[in-house]
Amino acid sequence: MESPNVSGVLDSKIPAGPLESKWEDHKGHLRLVNPNNKRKFTIIVVGSGLAGASAAASFGELGYKVKCFCFQDSPRRAHSIAAQGGINAAKNYHNDGDSVFRLFYDTVKGGDFRSREANVYRLAEVSVQIIDQCVAQGVPFAREYGGLLDNRSFGGAQVSRTFYARGQTGQQLLLGAYQALCRQIDAGTVTMFPRHEMLDLVVENGRAVGIITRNLVTGALDRHAAHAVVLATGGYSNVYYLSTNAKGSNVTAAWRAHKRGAFFANACYTQIHPTCIPASGDYQSKLTLMSESLRNDGRIWVPKNPDDKRSPDQIPDADRDYYLERKYPSFGNLVPRDVAARNAKSVVDEGKGVGPQKNGVYLDFADSIRRLGRKTIEERYGNLFEMYDKITGENPYVVPMRIYPAPHYTMGGLWVDYNLMSNVPGLFVLGEANFSDHGANRLGASALMQGLADGYFVIPYTIGDYLADFLNAKTPTDTDAFAAAEAEVRAGVDRFLKIQGKRTADSYHRELGRIVWDYCGIARTAEGLRKALELIPALREDFWQNLRIPGGSAAVNQELEKAGRVADYFDLGELMCRDALDREESCGGHLREEYQTPEGEALRNDEKYSYVAAWEHNGAGKAPTLHKEPLAFEAVKLTQRSYK
Amino acid sequence: MNLTLHIWRQGGPDQPGRMVRYDVKDVNEHSSFLEMLDVLNQQLIEKGDDPIAFDHDCREGICGSCGFVINGEAHGPLPKTTVCQLHMRHFKSGDTLHLEPWRSRAFPVLKDLMVNRSAFDRIIQAGGYISVSTGSAPEANLTPIPKPLADRAFEAAECIGCGACVAQCPNGAANLFTGAKVAHLNLLPQGQAERETRAVGMVEQMEQEGFGSCSNFAECEAVCPKGISIDNIARMNRDYLKAKLQGVNRLVVVGA
Ligand SMILES: Cc1cc2nc3c(=O)[nH]c(=O)nc-3n(C[C@H](O)[C@H](O)[C@H](O)COP(=O)(O)OP(=O)(O)OC[C@H]3O[C@@H](n4cnc5c(N)ncnc54)[C@H](O)[C@@H]3O)c2cc1C
Ligand code: FES
Repeated sequence: MESPNVSGVLDSKIPAGPLESKWEDHKGHLRLVNPNNKRKFTIIVVGSGLAGASAAASFGELGYKVKCFCFQDSPRRAHSIAAQGGINAAKNYHNDGDSVFRLFYDTVKGGDFRSREANVYRLAEVSVQIIDQCVAQGVPFAREYGGLLDNRSFGGAQVSRTFYARGQTGQQLLLGAYQALCRQIDAGTVTMFPRHEMLDLVVENGRAVGIITRNLVTGALDRHAAHAVVLATGGYSNVYYLSTNAKGSNVTAAWRAHKRGAFFANACYTQIHPTCIPASGDYQSKLTLMSESLRNDGRIWVPKNPDDKRSPDQIPDADRDYYLERKYPSFGNLVPRDVAARNAKSVVDEGKGVGPQKNGVYLDFADSIRRLGRKTIEERYGNLFEMYDKITGENPYVVPMRIYPAPHYTMGGLWVDYNLMSNVPGLFVLGEANFSDHGANRLGASALMQGLADGYFVIPYTIGDYLADFLNAKTPTDTDAFAAAEAEVRAGVDRFLKIQGKRTADSYHRELGRIVWDYCGIARTAEGLRKALELIPALREDFWQNLRIPGGSAAVNQELEKAGRVADYFDLGELMCRDALDREESCGGHLREEYQTPEGEALRNDEKYSYVAAWEHNGAGKAPTLHKEPLAFEAVKLTQRSYK
Repeated sequence: MNLTLHIWRQGGPDQPGRMVRYDVKDVNEHSSFLEMLDVLNQQLIEKGDDPIAFDHDCREGICGSCGFVINGEAHGPLPKTTVCQLHMRHFKSGDTLHLEPWRSRAFPVLKDLMVNRSAFDRIIQAGGYISVSTGSAPEANLTPIPKPLADRAFEAAECIGCGACVAQCPNGAANLFTGAKVAHLNLLPQGQAERETRAVGMVEQMEQEGFGSCSNFAECEAVCPKGISIDNIARMNRDYLKAKLQGVNRLVVVGA
């Protein structure tokens, strides 16, 4: 595999000066667009999740002309809606020692020192404004009896900095952003295009100038031009087929941009969430997350004897292995996600799994119910318990939950600089779709924070600096670049329809997902990754020969939508394996079995791998080029994570 | 378990539709209703038939994408459950099920079980927000909100916008959907400034969209997957009447 380092391409544009004042100084020096000129600029925002909706609404408020796209029937349904647990902010309302620096530090450490200090610091800094903004919009966060906002500690944090709205934080935050978006739609600044899928990025003279979309109702392909294109299209966990993401979540927009020149960074950094409901059969279409806030009050265990046939409540403490509490006495059940996931996998691999398929571990609330009363537990987790009951038919107030890790979040994504612009000028990437802030592992409650930070408080500033050069620039769609992109999209659609083979898109997706899960999932080895790099192209070959898509392209065709996404997952899955193979170290969610401490913890190699791996696409069938962005740490000292 | 399904098939918005019978065999009781349809669809595709189109995304009961009528009940027989969270263990082998899309003048069918619910978005656009531009918000804890009030606002805000309320209402009214958003925002101190214009704007938009009028059947509350209370409708009506008496009109919003 070739991996030359082309220098000078990756300028992260991190401002000079001390960490604490970089963003303030930078904002002060960014060029502005005169208020009267803003309406002369068109901005395309693809995605209406937290990142996209907040960006589109903010652009509209500023006076830009915005076109916003999503594939669902309404912007309110973006995958962000499903986030349960909460959103972090360094408000320090609890006087428990939190601060911007501590949130920054925890995030860099949680990311296993593979993120950019400057970006993370800015994220922590603007976190406090996010809460103010959301509360003013009417987001009904949980409150204390005194009427002030309540917080909880979440996902390994030792301070209470997580704001939440029962188990529906994502829903409430998204509805807040959606409502702000609706206000702008009503005001005429934003035009919304629901049931539209972006199928290509149009690049002209090296700049992003528009997109090609397919209308998912009529099948029409349309050209949309703008002065800048913002992608906020979410993550790619569905490459594994089974994940906690919504069924439609996909990598297509990001991947098509990648094929047009945008670098894809850290593809192998994926997060496997420790607390999901185990799969129950081969019809399984997705996995359901049980918020990790449950780990605050639930205790994780398996029977010491793998053949223990007793019902869990009949197994006395002495015969239970509370393995996280045993191995990590100071963090116990609150170790970070990757540590919890890995440990669950190893006990199940050892044959100690519970449930009919022996594919889970217990998450037990009996002690908490005894200590706090059922009512308190119901207040905290009522809707999660209900959801668990609906799915499994078991009542978790009585029988311990069964949980197992599942793909959940992807830290990797399109490479962006400090201004959230990709290496393709005019293409900006926000939210889960970019790689920027979480390093090799994301802490709980920080994705919502990042999505809203990007959309409300970063991009509205940084985009002006780019646009300033293009005042009065025309945005035609009758150009060669648009025509060529549209023709390629049309040919791609026709290609799927012409194969008329025997297998469905889902059947390929399942098989691909299994390969990526087995070899590029919770734990990876060079040998396994090499094997996956043989299996994936072979299966892809078959896909292009033997796929069956019913119907035509001029109407609703959900199978056609799936086929496009699966095709991109093949290419992405391959890149993930290459990236994982290149990174001969373990860090965060990327565990290479060859690189572990004697205690079985991820062993980083800071000397060699303290870089962002940004991959350049060189065309189908050609090896991609690796560009390295070195990471420098000035404010934090690199340490081996330890949660003992 | 084996089931007989009669499913509404309609090729496109302007095409005629009809019920088509499908016999499905060996359904796993732990699968969800949508997973049962997934399996059927895979079989249809393999046979060269057109699979059944239905909206879905999160499959966790929160995005509000899914929804159709099963034997006359929106989202099927289980209370407070969206069809994506309905599992087959609640049916018996030999059952016959009739699946139809939401039926409402304001929700035209796009294909099979898929309808156009954009009318809901337009109702929100008519005032279902608090006007606070990014960056202009005061410090969050400056406005304490008593917990019981915050809880009530939250319970109204839980609406997922699926449209089951409209589908189940004999009149096809959207009052529960609209009332829930009016109540959520009008209960909160932050929402007071636009309280009247919001109620007027949203109610009038709802009427323009062709939804029916509410006769307090309360079928909507019974079928709502989030258990949104019809008290919210009463609150909306109060705010609307009060505003109308004061001569308040819908806010005209202009872009910056
Ligand atoms: C079950 C679950 C629980 C979670 N809980 C938490 C939590 O408690 N706290 C936390 O911080 N994070 C949580 N996360 C993570 C967090 O929800 C996501 O990372 C975040 O919401 C992503 O937001 P986004 O705006 O980047 O993308 P998304 O919300 O995924 O939005 C993507 C948007 O892009 C559009 N789109 C995608 N592709 C295309 C295309 N090709 N054409 C047109 N439009 C397209 C979609 O329609 C959608 O509008 C959770 C995630 C899951 C799965
Ligand atoms: S698919 Fe989201 S609510 Fe059913």
